[in-house]
Amino acid sequence: MTGLTTLPPGGSEQAADDAATTAVRPPRHGARKRPGILGRPLRLLALTGASVIFIYPFLWLISASLKPSERVFDNELIPDTWQFENYTRIWDEVQLLTWLGNSAAVTLAAATAVTISSSVVAFGFAYFRFPGRNALFGLVIATMMLPAVVTMVPQYLIWNWLHLASSQIPLWAPNLFGSAFYIFLLRQFFLGLPRELFEAARLDGASYWAMFWRIAVPLCRPALVVTFVFEVQAAWTDLVRPLIYLRDPDLYTVPRGLKAVLDQFGEGGEMRWEIVCAASVVVTLPMILVFFLGQRYFVSGIATTGRKG
Amino acid sequence: MSTRSATPPAPAPTPAPTPVPAPESPAAERRARVRRWRASWRRHDTRAAYLFISPWIFGFVVLTAGPMIASLVLSFTNYDGIGPTKGVGMENYRQLFEDPQVATSLMNTLLFSAMRVPLSMALALALAMLLLRVGRAAGFFRTVFYLPVMTPSVAVGILFLLLFNGNMGLINNVLGFFGVSGPSWTTDGTWVKPGLVLTTLWALGGTVVIYLAALRNVPQDLYEAAELDGASRWKAFRHVTLPQISGALFFTLIVNTIASLQTFTEAYTAFFGTSNAQTYSHEAALFYVVYLFQQAFQFMHMGYASALSWLLFLVILVITIIQVKVSKRFVYYEGDTR
Repeated sequence: MTGLTTLPPGGSEQAADDAATTAVRPPRHGARKRPGILGRPLRLLALTGASVIFIYPFLWLISASLKPSERVFDNELIPDTWQFENYTRIWDEVQLLTWLGNSAAVTLAAATAVTISSSVVAFGFAYFRFPGRNALFGLVIATMMLPAVVTMVPQYLIWNWLHLASSQIPLWAPNLFGSAFYIFLLRQFFLGLPRELFEAARLDGASYWAMFWRIAVPLCRPALVVTFVFEVQAAWTDLVRPLIYLRDPDLYTVPRGLKAVLDQFGEGGEMRWEIVCAASVVVTLPMILVFFLGQRYFVSGIATTGRKG
Repeated sequence: MSTRSATPPAPAPTPAPTPVPAPESPAAERRARVRRWRASWRRHDTRAAYLFISPWIFGFVVLTAGPMIASLVLSFTNYDGIGPTKGVGMENYRQLFEDPQVATSLMNTLLFSAMRVPLSMALALALAMLLLRVGRAAGFFRTVFYLPVMTPSVAVGILFLLLFNGNMGLINNVLGFFGVSGPSWTTDGTWVKPGLVLTTLWALGGTVVIYLAALRNVPQDLYEAAELDGASRWKAFRHVTLPQISGALFFTLIVNTIASLQTFTEAYTAFFGTSNAQTYSHEAALFYVVYLFQQAFQFMHMGYASALSWLLFLVILVITIIQVKVSKRFVYYEGDTR
């Protein structure tokens, strides 16, 4: 709560780090600072050990995806025989390319829609003082606590009624109306902007939309990136909605397609673990790429939301 | 506020349009400014505000409030998507208590959450404490811990099947290395949930980042004061660190619990599919939302599924309220300035 106000709005994680480690730190006078669990070398050792646990499953998966089918469960990390064909074969054996294209389209639509709509709504809540504001914002917060399953069935019925229940539209169209979590996050960033900026703009005759688009949006770009990247991750990895809405394999997203490959096995088919592993690697890699690109913003976004507890 | 808005938009009492009005007393000036602001800006201001938030209002009505009412109504019917629908009164709710699958799935979900939430919080806190004051390296480790969060849950479910495989999986091989013969994680009912807990613990990086941010915000001088008072490391942790980060702990407790109670993808990926939907061979992995999903979209028991969703809502509500009440005593907000 209080920590948040000390951060520059949209400041990078590095800035937050520096603020926390340098500015707050009093002049050293020999005293030990924070009580750590262990000494520094031991900490690094422990962290390295933990890192191995966190990284190993990835490496194992990549290694398994390069092995021949009958050797997938062999646990040596360097395969005896490297079967790179696994990766060329998945494109022929399953419609992975179609699914990747579908996933990319749905994810892009979902993230773009939610970023634009949520920032517009968040600006409405942050800038204006209007009757009913607190009650409505309370409702926004309340919807965050509502389990998604309560609205799952009726939402399906609505799309069914619109004859869109077997399309990809239900996967992203709800994002056009903003999402409580991002509205909350972005409002916090907009509130951090000095009000004088807007008052000056008003004196210059700027419209409310110009204030949003020309002042608020450019200044809160990091927060918008956080929103976009969060939603990219959520949409890319979602399985529930594709399970409910997608019937036609040509429309599948990658998680839905992967599940379908597993189901073939459940129906008595032969389990092609090497295919499943290779496809899993292919779905995960874009997320890792997104993570590295948006990392700075991403981590600061999580830390910021966490501090609002 | 509301009474004032009814007054006609009379011109502001002090007409001075100059940017710097003649200062009287600061407080009176502020009040006058507020009055003027209200009088002159109110009308188009309010309209613009509602225009800005209108997407959310529309979405709330159509995608949240409407469906909630519909779900409540449906829960008193036998709606199945095709056949004639009739009201069945409390029948669905009565059935909830007699359906053994409801009891099983609810117990599974509660047990899973009771194991996962405290474990993930404790481990995340330990990792975050380790990450403090390791300088540049913190960024690297933080990235490593966060990467699993980016892994799609379907892939996590697949990894679970592979790594926890009873005969050939890596986990049991490692255990075997230490002379422990591991259980059949994926088939033995007793071990399915612990296995899933371990699998999902892999993705605790988000919580680590939150704790790290909270820990960095603890004022240094508190530790120095504690040290002057001769407090041990444990005492400093117990009486300085924990209270100082209790806000973050509380937040992650609530969020993790709500998320755990709605666990779906990992369990569904590993144990359920279109073919074995009719059988319950993996009762130990039958989580509540998995069962709800099957009822709604595989058996098309939409009415019953709606009743199921309201039971889950109640369970989450009760657990959250208890957590809020209990936490109130322990959560400390510095200065309580909001």
